[in-house]
Amino acid sequence: MASRGFSAENHQPVPFYRNVKILAVLLQIAFVLIVALVFWTLYSNMVAGLRRANIPLGFGFLNLTAGFAISETSIPYGPQNTYARAFIVGVINTLRIAVLGIILATMLGVLVGIGRLSSNWLLRTIAGTYVAIFRNTPLLVQLLFWYVAVILKLPRVRDAVGIEGVILASNRGLVVAWPRATETYGAWVHWLVAAVVAGVAVFVARRLQLARRDRPGAALPYALLAALLLMLIGGVVVAMTTGNSPLRIDQPTLGGFSFRGGATLTPEFFALLLGLVVYTAAFIAEIVRGSIQAVSKGQREAAQALGLSPLQTLRLVIFPQALRIMIPPMTNQYLNLTKNSSLGIAVGFADLFSVSYTILNQSGATVQVILLVMVSYLSVSLLTSFLMNIYNSRMRLVER
Amino acid sequence: MKLKQTPLVAGMLVLTLMLSACAGNAAPTTTETSAAGETAAAPSTEVIAGGLGGASTAASGAATGASPASSPAGGAAQTSAAATTSAAATTAASASPAGAGGAAQTSPAAAASGSAAAIAPADAGEFLRTIRDRGTLICGVNPGLAGFSSVEASGGYVGFDVDFCRAVAAAVFGDPSKVEFRPLEAAARFPALQTREIDVLIRNTTWTLTRDTANGGDFGPVNFYDGQGMMVRQEENISRLEDMGGAQICVQSGTTTELNLADVFRALNVEFTPVVFDTNDATLAAYAEGRCDGYTTDRSGLAAQRLGLPNPDEHVILDVTMSKEPLAPMVLQGDPQWRDIVSWVVYGLITAEEQEITQANVDTFQNSEDPTIRRMLGIEGELGAGLGLDNDFMVDVLKAVGNYGEIYNRHLGPETPLDIPRGQNALYTDGGLLYAPPFR
Amino acid sequence: MSSTELPVSRLKPPGSSVNALDWLRRNLFNGWLNSLITVLLGALVIWLLYQVLGWAFTTAVWTPIPTNLQILMTGRYPSEQVWRVQICLALLLLLFGLSAGVWGGILRSIASGLAAGALLLAIMPFTLQTRLVLAGLVLLVGAGFIVGSRSRHHMRRLTIALWFASPAIMVVLLRGFVGVPGLPYVDTGLWGGLLLTILLAVVGIIASFPLGVLLALGRRSKLPVVKGFCVGYIELIRGVPLITVLFMAMIMLPLFLPANVRVDNLIRVLVAITLFSAAYLAENVRGGLQSIPNGQVEAARALGLNVFQTTLLIVLPQALRAVIPALVGQFISLFKDTSLVAIVGLAELLGIADIVIEQPAWLTVPHGVHREVLLFVGLVYWIFCFSFAQISRHLETRLGVGTR
Repeated sequence: MASRGFSAENHQPVPFYRNVKILAVLLQIAFVLIVALVFWTLYSNMVAGLRRANIPLGFGFLNLTAGFAISETSIPYGPQNTYARAFIVGVINTLRIAVLGIILATMLGVLVGIGRLSSNWLLRTIAGTYVAIFRNTPLLVQLLFWYVAVILKLPRVRDAVGIEGVILASNRGLVVAWPRATETYGAWVHWLVAAVVAGVAVFVARRLQLARRDRPGAALPYALLAALLLMLIGGVVVAMTTGNSPLRIDQPTLGGFSFRGGATLTPEFFALLLGLVVYTAAFIAEIVRGSIQAVSKGQREAAQALGLSPLQTLRLVIFPQALRIMIPPMTNQYLNLTKNSSLGIAVGFADLFSVSYTILNQSGATVQVILLVMVSYLSVSLLTSFLMNIYNSRMRLVER
Repeated sequence: MKLKQTPLVAGMLVLTLMLSACAGNAAPTTTETSAAGETAAAPSTEVIAGGLGGASTAASGAATGASPASSPAGGAAQTSAAATTSAAATTAASASPAGAGGAAQTSPAAAASGSAAAIAPADAGEFLRTIRDRGTLICGVNPGLAGFSSVEASGGYVGFDVDFCRAVAAAVFGDPSKVEFRPLEAAARFPALQTREIDVLIRNTTWTLTRDTANGGDFGPVNFYDGQGMMVRQEENISRLEDMGGAQICVQSGTTTELNLADVFRALNVEFTPVVFDTNDATLAAYAEGRCDGYTTDRSGLAAQRLGLPNPDEHVILDVTMSKEPLAPMVLQGDPQWRDIVSWVVYGLITAEEQEITQANVDTFQNSEDPTIRRMLGIEGELGAGLGLDNDFMVDVLKAVGNYGEIYNRHLGPETPLDIPRGQNALYTDGGLLYAPPFR
Repeated sequence: MSSTELPVSRLKPPGSSVNALDWLRRNLFNGWLNSLITVLLGALVIWLLYQVLGWAFTTAVWTPIPTNLQILMTGRYPSEQVWRVQICLALLLLLFGLSAGVWGGILRSIASGLAAGALLLAIMPFTLQTRLVLAGLVLLVGAGFIVGSRSRHHMRRLTIALWFASPAIMVVLLRGFVGVPGLPYVDTGLWGGLLLTILLAVVGIIASFPLGVLLALGRRSKLPVVKGFCVGYIELIRGVPLITVLFMAMIMLPLFLPANVRVDNLIRVLVAITLFSAAYLAENVRGGLQSIPNGQVEAARALGLNVFQTTLLIVLPQALRAVIPALVGQFISLFKDTSLVAIVGLAELLGIADIVIEQPAWLTVPHGVHREVLLFVGLVYWIFCFSFAQISRHLETRLGVGTR
């Protein structure tokens, strides 16, 4: 390009068909035209096909009554609600599984990754075998295995195993005792708000203090401690004044067909969570291992020379540095986990994809629903990488 | 590797654009309509592509473009008429080179649609042509529902619905073996019909208004009157749905069953939790493992599936019928002739039972004096030609599968393990609901 | 670690090398924490192995697998036509044998691995016919190897040509022709099992290759529109799950086409897999492109090569060489991802597994045969993916990508 620019300055003006700039513009216009033409053809074929069969195109259907029930709902939902609400239920379920899955997969993955570098032969071998097995089999096979071959084979609900009234497992899922709000909960809410405010205040104050003294130190534990303390005091005060505790432990009891009370983790949710965590953790373990190995050897030797124990070396010297290398590939794994949660349909979990598929089917709005699903996943991906981006830039600041 | 959100944002933008394209189409705007008529006439000179396995015909592609112009939706339909026709022209143009080996033939449908804007969207006869060109009928069936459609050890399909597919194939080709079965899960059936993966859906599909409209379907006559039932475990001592408060119920997604379940329990004000799976196998397996307290589907299927459980005696079918389930063959909207063919094959099977014409004795009726029988079997009159078929199409159908009663007895009757009583599925003369309009 | 590579000063003191007790102390019981971990984990492993092996050898019902081996491998492909699949397999193994003879190196390990695998299967209790076929396959690998190594120069071109032609030959052979008596048409709806899994993965990666390279080049283009389009496409596809792309292809692809063009289900799935895989491939190739130093481009331009020549002859060959391990990695994930087509109703390996599990013959088995069949299918996937992972690692060290 440079040579042509040179000639243009010294000789007669370049004809337009040899001018790189004009050619580039023309090329792009042609490209746009071709792409537009292709898309337009596809689009109009589609519209024609749908119109032929009198299938409506548009998003009005979202306001119609859904008519079907959903097994797991975090927000109030019934068959009398609209398709739009059903869709939102699906989105929330996907977010639920994604957030929980990411946290658990990270924990397991880091443990396995460190285990692979352990000096203990047995631990190293087990971690290696784990990675080799779960990385190299399809997630869908694993999911089906967990659900059909493991969880559904758990004891029937009447023979549930576990500790009576605290935690019980059966093929209806895992039920645990869970705190529930009582009528005095309203009074306690004020204390909760106060606790959060206090926690934030302590956090900020501590950070400022640390910054002023220019010393390293933790702020979060103090903030949490303050908030917890205030919550506890509030609870006691409310209980003393009204004679009624704001929270009550709801114990699961066998009644009717299933357990009543407590909090239930459905088998479908559990199977999907288990599958996603175990699968993704195998990949995260490899990332963790690679990142730790990438930290220069001198760092470890220096830490040991300073008299740090192996655990301290890992926690204070190696891991923080490895973390920086890890973040981008980890983000990819988080995105994968979120996208893979769409396989919930295979184990009957009512995630975004599964609910949408039902909507698609009951409403007949095929094209719209598929587009809606794609936009939703794209948004979730966007949100995840946005959050990881913030974290990434924060970690880079520490590097300074 | 650096993280970037901008590319993702770009992706979002693309999708949002696509979405808004979808939404924008719904809002009616006025455009000139004359162009539609003009282009509709032009494609009629195109050729039908015979190559590529008889798959693509340019003329009908063009006819697609013409259809909105004459569609009943009036102003609203005109919105994209101009757009659609221009695309149709493109399509036809691009398709024509492929049709070089094909026979040149003017498309009457496309020519007619320009002027004769009747109630139906143009393209009558297009389905029949396509099927004949292809040489096989593609019929959507249930992947496995004992009595209605299941795979034999030899790999072939058998069942009540399957025989109706064979009957249609016999009517079109005179040969019941010229049919290809496409096993479809509940949720996959309407997309398969909409995208023309199948020509006709005979897969215990309930006739509802939504399916007749929003799902783009058209139903033939009911070939089986069913109702929804509920199976529970014996040990639970349940006798009515009201006893099922707090129960977890396994149900397949994308069915009317799923909707009825919610409706009925809502009406009874009984709380329940659905456990939904996308295949029938998974749904039944979950119930069998004790994941659910109840399993609900059509009563006809319930009886068969109970027998398929490891210990059938541990399960009972409640004596309640939760809904009306008229099961009917379904075709894609837009081709009245094709719908007529499917309908009259079913009517023919019912009429044959009425007239006691069977697979074995159909030939003896060739000398029948009864004008009704003579018309139906094509000995006199031109009834078959009116459908675009041979006049004696019912002879082929009856020789292939027998009459309605024979099909029923073969797959669901007392000789079978299912042994479902005829009940509503008896002829109207026997107190049932089967009533065919006259062959006249 | 052989001692020849180490400086003398780092040699271990004698006597501490092969003492079992010493090994235990060093690797399992150095310090209280490690001892605790060893004891706990050891107990866990022993308990697990006891449970699993006890189940596998006593309660497990493995009969569904040998009885359904044919449909697990080839789906509903007609029994009397299975010889075509065997010929494809033979061609593939012959090619591997030839390549091993011609080039040696890692290909030799792959070929001997394949031969060993076939030999292992041949001594399994299958029908005599199956075992003869398998033994024949082993011989083919050997024959290919000998021919290949005898006349390397002659066979090189032939082998390369055969490799390129083989996918087409196989598809044609499997599909057959309407009206040809010896080679009747077999509808793609009947293809299934492992055959379909491999076909989807192989065709998917081959078909997505040109598209992926174009997208990668487009993403690095200086033309904003082209770049924007490629970025948009890549990120759109990478942002959504494969299953939505599959459903989109199954449901929407026919809608996009003129009303009368019917698309085979297999083609629809292949289109989806190709479009999906191309986006990921593009990112891999982009990594390779970025690894090419700018000097290469500048040197090429200085020699008077134009943009296309530079890209085609200088940049791409180097870039693609660098991304071979990544491509193998992508092939592995694609191979695993093909299991999703079971959800859209194609009977690949997992889809067939579903069918086998639901066969009425296993109704009498108390808890069904889910575990057995799923474990078997998992094992088949694992063998493939694990072998490819090993190959990828070999390639990485050989091409020096990891140590860049």
